[in-house]
Amino acid sequence: MYDKLVIGGREINSRLLVGTGKFPSNSIIPDVIMGSGAQIVTVALRRIDFDSEDENMLNYIPQNCILLPNTSGARNAEEAVRIARLARASGCGNLIKIEVISDNKYLLPDNQETIKATDILSKEGFVVLPYMSPDLMAAKRLVDAGAAAVMPLGAPIGTNKGLKTREMIKILINEIELPIIVDAGLGKPSEACEAMELGAAAVLVNTAIATAKDPVAMAEAFALAVKAGRKAFLSGTGAVKEYAEASSPLTGFLA
Amino acid sequence: MSYYDKYIKYKDFDFKGFFDKITDEDVLNSINKERLNEIDFLTLLSHKAENYLEIMARKSMNLTIQHFGKVIFLYTPLYLANYCINQCLYCGFNVTNKITRKKLEMDEVEKEAKIISDSGLRHILILTGESREHTPVDYIARCIQVLKKYFTSITIEIYPLDEHEYKELIMAGVDGLTIYQEVYNEDIYKNLHLSGPKRNYRYRLDAPERACQASMRSVNIGALLGLDHWRRESFFTGLHGNYLQNKYLDTEIGISLPRIRPHKGEFQPEFYVEDKHLVQIILALRLYMPRTGITLSTRERAELRDNLIGLGITKMSAGSSTEVGGHTLDEKSEGQFDISDQRSVDEIKNIIYKKGFQPVFKDWQAI
Repeated sequence: MYDKLVIGGREINSRLLVGTGKFPSNSIIPDVIMGSGAQIVTVALRRIDFDSEDENMLNYIPQNCILLPNTSGARNAEEAVRIARLARASGCGNLIKIEVISDNKYLLPDNQETIKATDILSKEGFVVLPYMSPDLMAAKRLVDAGAAAVMPLGAPIGTNKGLKTREMIKILINEIELPIIVDAGLGKPSEACEAMELGAAAVLVNTAIATAKDPVAMAEAFALAVKAGRKAFLSGTGAVKEYAEASSPLTGFLA
Repeated sequence: MSYYDKYIKYKDFDFKGFFDKITDEDVLNSINKERLNEIDFLTLLSHKAENYLEIMARKSMNLTIQHFGKVIFLYTPLYLANYCINQCLYCGFNVTNKITRKKLEMDEVEKEAKIISDSGLRHILILTGESREHTPVDYIARCIQVLKKYFTSITIEIYPLDEHEYKELIMAGVDGLTIYQEVYNEDIYKNLHLSGPKRNYRYRLDAPERACQASMRSVNIGALLGLDHWRRESFFTGLHGNYLQNKYLDTEIGISLPRIRPHKGEFQPEFYVEDKHLVQIILALRLYMPRTGITLSTRERAELRDNLIGLGITKMSAGSSTEVGGHTLDEKSEGQFDISDQRSVDEIKNIIYKKGFQPVFKDWQAI
């Protein structure tokens, strides 16, 4: 079965994207990435120490990975745009994940500013992956603004609460042509699996892996769950029914 | 509205009466809530809550790791000058203290910057005493121009400014402010700040808010623990932090918990904060404000700092000197206070790794 994820015209061979924050040490990151099988790896530009051999996160990301710098710390569209440009100028490539957060309590994204930044950056030739609160109209505007995928949150970032926005995400999957990548909030492999079963194109996981007792094993577990969920989606899961359906129906005599 | 209104609401609150009535059940209920209100916070600062530190520590650790990860952010202070016109009884820079006064020239700032950045640090906190004559805002802005070449984040801990001055420094490259109220108890404040502009309680109290209004990226507040009873003072600190975070969502609010240290001068703190109680404050704060950064400086001794990694602390200073020119000059001036954890940046980095955490040198990039 041919089943490739395509983002910005590029074929991606893994539907699990991973983050690099919150780990007890950068040195564990190569093993985590290997365990996860992820091809796309996101890094906050604010954390990259280009001048340090030991502390430069980029030195821990395998060469065959695609770097997805993110604009963590941006409080509005203008700051996100500046961070994105800095990332490109520093040699981090064309791909950018936009995070615009002006709420330090819940860390919820600002959709309006995200749309503005997406519009500006896609015109500048960036392949833009915006992180957003799942809202259909905002997602449509992101499509119009030139996004390459849409990344709705499953739950507030870092909460490990799972797919709390399930109904909204289902709507996005049904209505938006671009890949829907569920980002943030997924705390367990079963929740990543659930997102994939729904038809999400991919998921991005960071906290649940980084803060696990064994991050490498947890990365592997997420990889398996994502594969299982995708396969289930492609196989066509049976409809959920309210009443049991006997194989010898009571009204069979009517046929 | 200002935080002062909130302070007034609790100023004459019967803290003792409240604490006396707290039951074990009250403490457990507050610990187990997902979102704690200010009464829960106060409950966790009670005598009764001291029996539940282990349970609080477990929850605090989980929350800290969940929100910040297994990381400790590192920074170091850089003292630009120690000229000061205030008479604060507890401070080494007190105008009446006969100490060598010094201000760094730009070439000296650069030398200090080089040495500090060679240790791997990327975040710097610059400090001065209060002297608009010796260290005016434009002097600080000039220092920032030099420091920008070496550091990706520059935070100030200087005398309180007007909003437009905070804006000027933000334009110059500052992204954070640290300012301690020292003591929230207004009566004690007046007794400790005998003369100088710092006598103005309200102007200092509202400084963090002015910085938020100027759109400062991060604002860090605190009380100098030991000037009044810690249960009251840490309550007012948390309340202040929460007030600011609710009102200024786009500023990251942080809290420091400095315990008073020996310094030049005769002052002896009236209230002693035991280690156990410092821990109680950290845990209560973390449960009340799960996303707030908590800083512990080299005022605290190495062993205690090491044990607190993971319990709620998110930020630590390293390789500190409280002297002007402390990293490079032969002829140093007296420090503001004595530091306790004298280890090098490398030593602190290694101990953080040993604890299973990552020392993070860079968490912001000037944009």
